Amino acid sequence: MEKNIHFKLNGKDVRLTSSPERMLLWVLRSDLEHTGTKYSCGEGFCGACTVLVNNEAVLSCQYPIQDVSGKEVMTIEGLQQNGKLHPLQTAFMQHNALQCGFCTPGMIMGAYSLLLRNPQPSSREIVEDLEGYLCRCGSYNRIIPAIQTAARTMKGQRS
Amino acid sequence: MKDDEYIPFNEEKGTESIKLDRREFLKLLGGGIIISFSVGDLFALQQRRRGSGYPEDFNAYLRIGEDGRISCFTGKIEMGQGIITSLAQMLAEELDVSLNKVDMVMGDTALCPWDAGTFGSRSTKYFGPPLRQAAAEARAVMIQLAAEHLRTSEENLISKDGMILMRKKPKIKVSYAQLAKGKKIERHLEKKPQIKHYSKHTISGKPADRSDGRQKVTGEAKFAGDIRLPGMLFARILRPPAHGANLKNVDTSDAERMKDIQIIRDNDMIAVLHKHRDVADKALGLIKAQFEPSTSKLDNTTIFNHLKDTASDGSVVTEAGNLDEGKSQAGKTFDKAYFNHYVAHAPTENHTAVVKIEGDKATVWASTQAPFRAQGEIARVLGFPSQNVRVITPFVGCGFGGKNQGPQIVEAARLAKLSGKPVQVAWSRKEEFFYDTFRPAAVIEIKSGLNSSNQIVFWEYHNYFAGSRSSQPFYNIPHHRVLSYGGWGGRGGGGSPHPFGVGAWRGPGSNTNVFAIESHVDVMAEAAGMDPLEFRLHNLTDDRMKRVLRAAAKKFGHSFSKAPSGKGYGIACTDYLGTYLATMAEVNVDKRTGEIRVDRVVCAQDTGEVINPEGVRMQIEGCIIMGLGYCLTEEIRFKDGRILDENFDTYEIPRFSWLPKMETVLVDNPEMPPQGCGEPAITSMGAVIANAVYDAIGVRLFVLPMTPARLIEALNKEQNVTGDKNRSIPLPTIS
Repeated sequence: MEKNIHFKLNGKDVRLTSSPERMLLWVLRSDLEHTGTKYSCGEGFCGACTVLVNNEAVLSCQYPIQDVSGKEVMTIEGLQQNGKLHPLQTAFMQHNALQCGFCTPGMIMGAYSLLLRNPQPSSREIVEDLEGYLCRCGSYNRIIPAIQTAARTMKGQRS
Repeated sequence: MKDDEYIPFNEEKGTESIKLDRREFLKLLGGGIIISFSVGDLFALQQRRRGSGYPEDFNAYLRIGEDGRISCFTGKIEMGQGIITSLAQMLAEELDVSLNKVDMVMGDTALCPWDAGTFGSRSTKYFGPPLRQAAAEARAVMIQLAAEHLRTSEENLISKDGMILMRKKPKIKVSYAQLAKGKKIERHLEKKPQIKHYSKHTISGKPADRSDGRQKVTGEAKFAGDIRLPGMLFARILRPPAHGANLKNVDTSDAERMKDIQIIRDNDMIAVLHKHRDVADKALGLIKAQFEPSTSKLDNTTIFNHLKDTASDGSVVTEAGNLDEGKSQAGKTFDKAYFNHYVAHAPTENHTAVVKIEGDKATVWASTQAPFRAQGEIARVLGFPSQNVRVITPFVGCGFGGKNQGPQIVEAARLAKLSGKPVQVAWSRKEEFFYDTFRPAAVIEIKSGLNSSNQIVFWEYHNYFAGSRSSQPFYNIPHHRVLSYGGWGGRGGGGSPHPFGVGAWRGPGSNTNVFAIESHVDVMAEAAGMDPLEFRLHNLTDDRMKRVLRAAAKKFGHSFSKAPSGKGYGIACTDYLGTYLATMAEVNVDKRTGEIRVDRVVCAQDTGEVINPEGVRMQIEGCIIMGLGYCLTEEIRFKDGRILDENFDTYEIPRFSWLPKMETVLVDNPEMPPQGCGEPAITSMGAVIANAVYDAIGVRLFVLPMTPARLIEALNKEQNVTGDKNRSIPLPTIS
């Protein structure tokens, strides 16, 4: 049975009719044509589909659309503000913390959620928090300092 | 100089159809100045002869557009390895433009000339040098045009940052954009123009950030699965549960009752299509199908014996001297066997393709390493002429050789034709693990001997299905013979030694060979009573390899002792198609759990002239991290044609917590042309870790991956084991 579902996507209202058990990933990627969020393992083992729901990182391939009703969803497309890159995006570029770039949107959203909870994470805390995020190209060693660089920039912006 | 004074393109060579192709081809480009050139990759040229309608006198070109932007058109693709940046650096350097003026147009069969595919760490090595020459030629054309424009002679002019300036009055200048305006010049590179000496480089050889970074951090980078077309349907295809299992009967009635679901049955293929991928998934789940059991009775425990049993006669890869003579000189002899299991490519992006058919033309967006191969296959399947099929390669999310083949592209093409709609096929992770062309399981047997001065005097090498790359000895061994009993590829099933498809996997052949060779060298070093570095230097005459070893040792900072020293230090070196490297590692082994923790890896690499030091380091680091997977955990479990590992819950690939401290040394060797760097460093990982484990605990593992279970088993046996029970291959022992 289809239901009307209403939520915010990157600050904009979205209303759609969908069967409630469909996963957020597919609604984002096919119904809403937000393709920045990636499909990779499809079973919650890799982190590539990570988005934020009410500022918490969730695996959108495992997250039913009915659960976003009335909530705020943020995807990689929502990270730039007025065309200005987020410090995490800049830092990933600066550190070349990516190769093929397929895991990057999920990785950045995971890091974003970490920095909300822990604005100055240690390397160890980053490793523990992002353990479920896979990068087959092996950019882990660059992602860690990239997140720390972003954390410093964001601290500077707040103060 | 008038336009007609430029060398016209050579029309005598071509047939009628080729000439037409070429005109169409150039028509697409509009105005500007075009330099076409041939890439002297002999392999690629041979491949090209296998049938392609493209012009034959060039297979790459660049254009200076009327806006002054420079485009390089190449059939190569970008899958993370970074040639989108390094090739642009080579071009920008010779043409004297800033790097951000260069656009790389890659893997589009309508715009780019034919190319065999992107694999084997070949792009920079083979494509780079002619690209440089073409850029130098383009620069010469700019100077000629500027001389005319500024009414002076060429000697008075210099190029700088996209401008031609009067040498003595630099305020008098003209930009490339101005010179290209309204022009339509095509020039074929015939002679090899002078290129800059590396000492004059300001862009090439300097670290450059990835030019695709911004697109990839914003989510704007498009991969094949991100293509959206009006009316596009997502297809899911019914798959057998096991390789070699044929469909017995099928009932699609429940799926048919779903709203807006289209079901297509075409010979062997049953597919469900819907405008949403997940709805197609659901429909697929409603299909009831029964399959005959697979005829394959193999599994991980029987595969090595099976491989040896099915091996054909060996062919000689290389040989020298006389083995019997060598054996007569040997005081100590060694006889060991090394094994590795099937390994998946596990690209982050699954195999994906979108096909749109309009009339007798098809447009394809594919996740592929070989767009031109895909073009040919689709043309054949659809019955279209090749030139009516355009394959566009968006960004590719990892390849590692797994995307040389593209069955999903053919599937999408068939379904697009049958459904009359654009169709996307994106394999699920389970399909990815099922249809992957795995790195083959393989067996290597080595017999060798040392004389009384601890020199390796004979080396007899038997290679079962690893593939022969990197199997040629680089030590100074007077009497040797290397035999191969089957390569790394094969479709699987039928008369094939493998129950499923196998193929090239990052550093194909070499990962297995270097594991075996460099493990075996350590076995001999211990028997010689020497430390493993000393033993290698003692048996090498190749100064380049010695230099790389010493560079790694210097960075490593610890001295080696005769193994096992308890310190957990490992070493391995190799020559991968001209790139030399030495890797050293420190490991910790937990004897209770059997877990191996890799704490530190140092890799020194001599890759000739370095184009993008940052890019080379990224590739080495990626190789080290990815390599840990096949060393420690990655093994496809299978039984009776079924693939038991279906996702990353059981098939464990490296994670954040595995990260060792990594240090890379780029050994300076600018006199040598640039060599490949996407694969070399991964090939030494098996041996360097196996050797470090042995140094730590005195137990050698002969099977990859070195799982905790195998390590515990080896510890329990307190002797050399292979990890397989009830096997008839004799256990390796020192004779």
